[in-house]
Amino acid sequence: MYVQLFGTCLVDSFFPEVGEATVQIFNKFGVDFTFPKEQTCCGQPAFNAGYLSESRDAAEHFINTFSGTDMIVTPSGSCAAMVKHHYPELFQDNPQMLEAARKVGERVYELSQFLVNVLYVHEAALTGSGSVTYHSSCHLTRTLGAVQEPQLLISAIKGMEFRPMPDATRCCGFGGVFMAKLPEISMAIADDKAESIIATGADIVTGCDCGCLMNISDALKKRGSAVKVKHIAELVAEAL
Amino acid sequence: MNTQTSLNFRTNAAAAIKDSSLRKAMRNATETFGSKRTVAMASIDFEVLREKASAIRMEVINNLPAYIEKFTSNATAAGAIVHRAVDAKSANQIIAGILKDHDVKMVAKGKSMVSEETHLNAHLEEEGFEVVETDLGEYIIQLEGETPSHIIVPAIHKNRQQIGKLFHERLGMEYSEDPQALTKFARKVLREKFLTADAGISGANFAIAESGSLVLFTNEGNGRMVTSVPPLHIAILSVEKILPSLDELPTFMRLLPRSATGQMLTSYVSILTGNRKEGDVTGAQELHVVLLDNGRLEILKGDCREILKCIRCGACMNVCPVYRTVGGHSYGWTYPGPMGIILTTLLTGMANSYSLVDASTLCGACNDACPVKVPLKEMILKQRVRRVKEGYSSTAVSLGMGLFGMAIKHPLMFSTGETLASKFWSVMRTVGGENVAGRLPSPAKIPFSRRMS
Repeated sequence: MYVQLFGTCLVDSFFPEVGEATVQIFNKFGVDFTFPKEQTCCGQPAFNAGYLSESRDAAEHFINTFSGTDMIVTPSGSCAAMVKHHYPELFQDNPQMLEAARKVGERVYELSQFLVNVLYVHEAALTGSGSVTYHSSCHLTRTLGAVQEPQLLISAIKGMEFRPMPDATRCCGFGGVFMAKLPEISMAIADDKAESIIATGADIVTGCDCGCLMNISDALKKRGSAVKVKHIAELVAEAL
Repeated sequence: MNTQTSLNFRTNAAAAIKDSSLRKAMRNATETFGSKRTVAMASIDFEVLREKASAIRMEVINNLPAYIEKFTSNATAAGAIVHRAVDAKSANQIIAGILKDHDVKMVAKGKSMVSEETHLNAHLEEEGFEVVETDLGEYIIQLEGETPSHIIVPAIHKNRQQIGKLFHERLGMEYSEDPQALTKFARKVLREKFLTADAGISGANFAIAESGSLVLFTNEGNGRMVTSVPPLHIAILSVEKILPSLDELPTFMRLLPRSATGQMLTSYVSILTGNRKEGDVTGAQELHVVLLDNGRLEILKGDCREILKCIRCGACMNVCPVYRTVGGHSYGWTYPGPMGIILTTLLTGMANSYSLVDASTLCGACNDACPVKVPLKEMILKQRVRRVKEGYSSTAVSLGMGLFGMAIKHPLMFSTGETLASKFWSVMRTVGGENVAGRLPSPAKIPFSRRMS
């Protein structure tokens, strides 16, 4: 099985361990993958700020970098949603690029979707301990529709208790550029999320997007909480 | 007169966040609406109904000028006097003129967001009329000298203790925080107003083109009082609030109360057709309808015309993580929340409102909640694009995006950027303070991409 791995910029700069956990899972399940060297960013920061020309530059670069027919896997719901759903919107007036954008989008899988729908990792022997709660990121849930996959993976880990949090799909306040532009609001929303997480009594909170997890981690730290924050890739890699 | 403060969204919001009683009130209210909504929605097929409602609204929007004509001629035939107001000022002047013609001293007013948009009360008071809001929430904020912070629940930001104190200080009621006692007291004061008012002013949820009727969804009965007890009734509504015929109304009877307050149906649904005729037992002797444009027909020409489908239920704000955290006043104009961001930027211009377009995490909860399928998230993004085009994006952001655009095509430049940021992280963290750099973890010593090469 041939896969191209799209690391994403947050993983590249801040959370290389999430990329390494992804690689570990790939190796365990015999996924033959490449890491296209020219990869940069999917363009979300520009797209969400209203800079369409820069977003198109990013989309074009991505489409050129991830050429071929392999599946493209990325440990980020929002980056996958950007490529799959927003790239085509950027090229409504350019039939050739529109077609290319659609084709690249069809090849993109968010990590949990790939692990469940392609590799059936949730049917493998996974073991862990302690308890975990799950934050259902907005673009992952609402744009990509990956509602079940992350929870199937969590529930598959034997010995680990899944404690769902109330309003799991309520935004954590990250929002990409939102976090930078309106930090007071972002922190207040994240604090509400931290409260929901702590109320579950779980040892770990997991999710599929580094941006959200970063925001949540900051809010938990501010509350002096000992809840550990782990990306779903790390959670699964540790359960192998 | 209120002045728009949308450009101060960040400072408005930062102050609201520090107000712990506001945050508690917002949280209680939005959570209550949320759970009631879930229960109420269980008895209908929301997806099927909202698809239908969206199509009905879109049909009206796509043929709006014709529907306005049809409503006008049928309402006129039913005995109403219909006025067209191009802007807020003209609406206020029309209404003040009617009141003067009838020698009105005191007006009992039902809830109307359109009248908030035109600052009707302030205008009428300047002209010497006494105006009394009769919706309980509106009455509370009128006493407090505030504007609504929610389009359905105007006093959502206030708790019972604050209202008890207000009634004690302003109305001489013995202090109480019992909602029933407070409501009973307001009812007594307002009953007197209904009976002595020379005119009633109301809004309307819908105007029916085929019959020329107005439809009002209310809970307190004040809507019926202001529209039928005084001899003169003036209804003010915006031009896009039209439904083709009464046949389409049931769809909205199922969706609007459920989306707004989580009720199966409001206590009252009033359908008013024309003025009181001989033999009629209720209704105002004279009925005026003021149809306000104030920029809507301009919206019709652009790529955000779908916002005109909005039926003002407030569902998008109830589920919005930003709205529930900062409250409605932070948005600085009449309409808050996701629909408010879009309407404010379109109706008041980007120059007066560009800060608002940041007031969304783009989580999309509003899209899921909207009973007429307005693509709110996509429209907020469109406003961000418009801000850049119209030159209201900050120079720093534009420069940053320019660099980002270059780096994104040049992996070497991109990784150099990463390395530089990593090197100067402690400086950025000091400068950034509580801002982004202060909240991000330190960058990894070796980026993932280098570990992969």
